Amino acid sequence: MSEGLAVPQDAAAARYGGLDAGAWRWIAALALIALTAALPFAISNYHAFELTLVMIYAIAVLGLNILTGYNGQISLGHGGFFAAGAYTAAILMHRYGVPYWATLAPAGLVCFALGVLFGLPALRFEGPYLALVTLAMAVATPQLLKYFDSWTGGQQGINLVKIQPPPGLGIDRDRWLYLVVLVVLLLAMRVAANMLNGRTGRAFVAIRDQPIAAAAMGIDVARYKTLAFGTSTALTGIAGALSAMVISFVAPESFSLFLSLSFLVGSAVGGIATISGAIVGGLFIEFVPNLANDISDAAPWAIYGLAMLLLMYAMPRGVAGSVGLLLRRFQSRRAAPGEGDQDHKGRMP
Amino acid sequence: MHQLLQQIFSGLAAGAVYASLALALVMIYRATDLVNFAQGEMAMFSTYIAWTLVNAGLPFWAAFVLTLVASFLGGMTIERIIIRPVENAPVLVTVVVTIGLLLIFNALAGWIFTYTLQEFPSPFPDRPLFGALMTTRDLGVIGVTLVMLLLLFAFFRFTATGLAMRAAAQNPESARLCGIPVGRMLAIGWGLAAAIGATAGIMVAPVLFLDPNMMGGVLLYAFTGALLGGITSPVGAVVGGLIVGVTENLVGTYLIASQLKLTVALALIILVLVFRPNGLFGTAIVRRV
Repeated sequence: MSEGLAVPQDAAAARYGGLDAGAWRWIAALALIALTAALPFAISNYHAFELTLVMIYAIAVLGLNILTGYNGQISLGHGGFFAAGAYTAAILMHRYGVPYWATLAPAGLVCFALGVLFGLPALRFEGPYLALVTLAMAVATPQLLKYFDSWTGGQQGINLVKIQPPPGLGIDRDRWLYLVVLVVLLLAMRVAANMLNGRTGRAFVAIRDQPIAAAAMGIDVARYKTLAFGTSTALTGIAGALSAMVISFVAPESFSLFLSLSFLVGSAVGGIATISGAIVGGLFIEFVPNLANDISDAAPWAIYGLAMLLLMYAMPRGVAGSVGLLLRRFQSRRAAPGEGDQDHKGRMP
Repeated sequence: MHQLLQQIFSGLAAGAVYASLALALVMIYRATDLVNFAQGEMAMFSTYIAWTLVNAGLPFWAAFVLTLVASFLGGMTIERIIIRPVENAPVLVTVVVTIGLLLIFNALAGWIFTYTLQEFPSPFPDRPLFGALMTTRDLGVIGVTLVMLLLLFAFFRFTATGLAMRAAAQNPESARLCGIPVGRMLAIGWGLAAAIGATAGIMVAPVLFLDPNMMGGVLLYAFTGALLGGITSPVGAVVGGLIVGVTENLVGTYLIASQLKLTVALALIILVLVFRPNGLFGTAIVRRV
């Protein structure tokens, strides 16, 4: 550390009460996590169940964000991968008696493999074509699930035995599942953040913005695009597996085209190239239809549609993206002229 | 042999509907360079307009013409208000916007007309023709599609507006410099596409029964047809739509259970895109870096 920088750092240290900004950020994050973990004990079982679904949707939307937001590959068919994860977990639990916690990794792996298989031909599809192929996949998913009925239970689906919390902990099922899903969500966000803020994430974004320039810079476009597909579908598949556990039931009609479109709406609402936006998206997917159902059966979809249009015109970065933008503007206005570019400092090699 | 021919003819009738919707998709793709995911739901909504008019006591063909006019105006309005602001936006934005339109039309139809299946009258009697090879209804659907295609061809080939529209789609800048109101031409393109889609909806509704989700499968087949023919080629869209209609019928009858028909469409889309991304009649688009 050079002499010239010592003085402002002291000043900063004094301003933040002896700890640097990074430490404060950690403390804030831990406090937030502790608060989230304590939350289910302060609310009713039903609300805990609803929030569990919010987090499951958030994981699925996070998966979609990696593919569509960061890598620019549009998917209208993530409901299909969500279904694949849900059915993998359900079949493992129902037919083979695998304990529920051991089904997450297989569900993720199966969906990773499916995503890579799907991503390989997708390398040749650009923009609207990929949207079309994935739309076709979303439409075909319920039919496929019904067709392989010896595995999937056909139209009736699979009823699962309800998961019981470990004995001796003294908490009930809904709150236990809330905590399980919270842990998975935090892990997923951490993994996504590590991947997206590093070399891989930069490669994803470079391919999204300038595929030809990215290739010219030596980025293996095919490899990273396939990787984005696999990671994205793995996360969405894990979300599907969690949903099978929480709802204790899977059936083809739960995985219609509209589920896929819900993920896209959630992604657009939260901010398509953000990590935290996934949570906003999850909240939107879970609560807005419930509220709108009081008006009419059709109202949720009307609101979804309107939200998509309005967001594309008014807030193309989504809620989290817009808030982030405002925060950065606010910070850079407050910072001294020399400090204004602190955003870039951490990224220097 | 008799059954095979029967299946081919009824496939052609279904294909005529796919061809119309595929043509609508191609028109919009050529005009505004975007894939309109809401095309099927727009057609479904138009069909509900026709249904309302028929139920109000109008003769079928009067309701048909009125619906086409309403759809044309509606399509123009959508282009002006909703599509114009995102004309030059990235693909992701246009996809999300047209998907939003899809949801809105679907929900509106459910809201206004409820989700119950409605019977839709057919203008053609259902009588066997040529020793039961086909029915008058199939022939009627194919006939209406052919007439529409001929009218469209004549419009684009022989009228000044048609020429201006082709110019605006092919090279907007030069067209504008020649004094062609490009914006208005694009709006007319959307209007025409909506009217063509309405025809497809009205033709298919007696078979499928009318409900807000009626066009989901049809849209997928139409996309398959448009891709197969090449999404830049109107002739290709029609040929592709007919091929998809016949294939769908034959595959459903002879090869696999009919529940998997949509999966066949998915497989066909992927095959076309992997092996012949420009379709049978399309032209490759060269992009400058």
